[in-house]
Amino acid sequence: MMTDFFFKLRKAGIPVTLTEFLTLLEALSQRVTAHNVEEFYYLARTALVKDERHYDRFDQVFGSHFKGLATRFDELAGATVPLEWLHKLAELTLSDEDKQLIEAMGGWEKLMETFAQRMADQEGRHQGGNKWIGTAGTSPFGAYGYNPEGIRIGQDASRHRRAVKVWDRREFRNLDDTVELGTRNIKVALRRLRRFAREGAAQELDLDDTIRSTARNAGYLDLKMVPERHNAVKVLLFLDAGGSMDDHVQACEELFSAARSEFKHLEYFYFHNMVYEGLWKDNRRRYAEKTDTLMALRTFGPDYKLILVGDATMSPYEVTYPGGSVEHFNPEAGDVWLKRLLTAWPHAIWLNPQPQNRWSYVPSIQMVRELMSERMYPLTLEGLEQGIRTLQRTR
Amino acid sequence: MSESRFRGTDRYVVTDDLMMAVNAAVTLGRPLLVKGEPGTGKTQLAEEVAQALNRPFIQWHIKSTIKAQQGLYEYDAVSRLRDSQLGEARVHDIGNYIVPGKLWEAFASETQPVLLIDEIDKADIEFPNDLLLELDRMEFYVYETRQVIKARQRPIIIITSNNEKELPDAFLRRCFFHYIRFPDKETMEQIVRMHYPGLKKRLLSEALEAFFEIREVPGLRKRPSTSELLDWIKLLVAEDIPPEALRGDQRKSIPPLYGALLKNEQDVHLFERLLFMSRRKKD
Repeated sequence: MMTDFFFKLRKAGIPVTLTEFLTLLEALSQRVTAHNVEEFYYLARTALVKDERHYDRFDQVFGSHFKGLATRFDELAGATVPLEWLHKLAELTLSDEDKQLIEAMGGWEKLMETFAQRMADQEGRHQGGNKWIGTAGTSPFGAYGYNPEGIRIGQDASRHRRAVKVWDRREFRNLDDTVELGTRNIKVALRRLRRFAREGAAQELDLDDTIRSTARNAGYLDLKMVPERHNAVKVLLFLDAGGSMDDHVQACEELFSAARSEFKHLEYFYFHNMVYEGLWKDNRRRYAEKTDTLMALRTFGPDYKLILVGDATMSPYEVTYPGGSVEHFNPEAGDVWLKRLLTAWPHAIWLNPQPQNRWSYVPSIQMVRELMSERMYPLTLEGLEQGIRTLQRTR
Repeated sequence: MSESRFRGTDRYVVTDDLMMAVNAAVTLGRPLLVKGEPGTGKTQLAEEVAQALNRPFIQWHIKSTIKAQQGLYEYDAVSRLRDSQLGEARVHDIGNYIVPGKLWEAFASETQPVLLIDEIDKADIEFPNDLLLELDRMEFYVYETRQVIKARQRPIIIITSNNEKELPDAFLRRCFFHYIRFPDKETMEQIVRMHYPGLKKRLLSEALEAFFEIREVPGLRKRPSTSELLDWIKLLVAEDIPPEALRGDQRKSIPPLYGALLKNEQDVHLFERLLFMSRRKKD
């Protein structure tokens, strides 16, 4: 029974390992729990699940695997879902048509029976129990897509507390995969991109040098200090501004503010859609104060790492033809400029806020991606991490 | 084993699942990793466990510059060099210059101690990996003196994390894990009652009402948590704010002494804007 449970958990995508499973068994043999299924649930969760995002999945697997077990415990004997709740709820929310539909299905009891059966059938194949309800638009259940779990969320949980099994409450549902994309997470991701170097004031003791010079000093202590290690990586950030990028302002802002606080050597420029001969530092005065791209190319050495942020969604002419830009007449085409950038700064990635599954439908994204030799990543935490890894590798 | 079961203290409310996690960790001698929103009493937990089980409490607070080695021991080469200049006799024994760290302290303790490794996610990415063997076998090797330091008893180790970094899998495998959920209204009432037993019932319910309402506001950067609520209630009591002020104000303006609940100006602005909009809708 336990081994099955273990494999079911793994199948559900919870990274349980043998060590953890053995820990659980050890805990059981040491009688950490009394004979109480609730305590067993807590113990299993604390031993097997190491990330709160997996709590919900664990609850589902636990619920389905130990379904019969609960009834053996007296205190939980009455814990099955009271059908009255469902009736009550149905009365509140169902329209007359719906009720007729239910009748057509052979009455409420029959419906629930079928429903329960469906639920059981479904178990093996899906992970998130809520998915199934969502896609059941054509099945009779779609119309009143209630699954018992949906009903059990009830706001006044305290009243129902006793009646509902803990794991069936599934309180951790909203923790599943809803990683907040705050600047803090981005900072941590960016932090991978660091290279320590000793610069600035000497504040740390250099033990090796101290010993060496003390020996040379005929045994008289001669302290030697070195500067502390600092992140010395240099980053050049090119941001697409305006136009189609307006939808992604927040994500870009977060990336920008995180990058600003994380890197000491950060230079940033704005461009529009594609990099041409001019860049600017202030969007309000973009026409007045332009920086020559050539100058940027000459100013910043090849040790800078280039991060381009843009949706690369534009007309293909903007990439390939001189004069293709939507804003001005560009004597040289966008791809010429991009190639120039990549020669000057070989360590480069392109972060794209557009969802990755849409990339293949936009020709200009394909072209830019080719120019970047596939080093384009979505502007999500995961994409950022991949991109940073690429930047490190090509060091 | 029965005397070492943790059931909470008179100052700390534990939910059943947390109790289970602590007891499992204590019984099996494995570290317990505790995560949760800031201000839900993660650090407090270790102190309370130590007190409830009557064990010595050792706290190792992690900062970004701390290396795992510092928890074991440090070799004070500088003072040895200095002593050698002064011709002190103790310079011949390197053991005099080995400074034990917190983990050593915990291992050497006569009675089983509670060791808190606070905010492990603040340290360098490699930090947890460097402690794997030490936490697993509860022993380590001192190169300078060629001795093995072994724990007399496996200490109760409680590790807290604010989720700023993902912890390595190999590390997680060796721990029990518990996520402190934000308390529901009932538990919250219990917690507040425990801290302020003389609190008027109406003030409490109004304050809780206002508190959960603020937590519900979408888009807050830092949602207020238990410790903030406790601070706020302390202020309310100190300033002698009547319960009516909380209710009436909810609709019209920001609650009194909001500084204890909302911790940055964006949140205050956001809250004011929402109130303004809801007022306009009503008018």
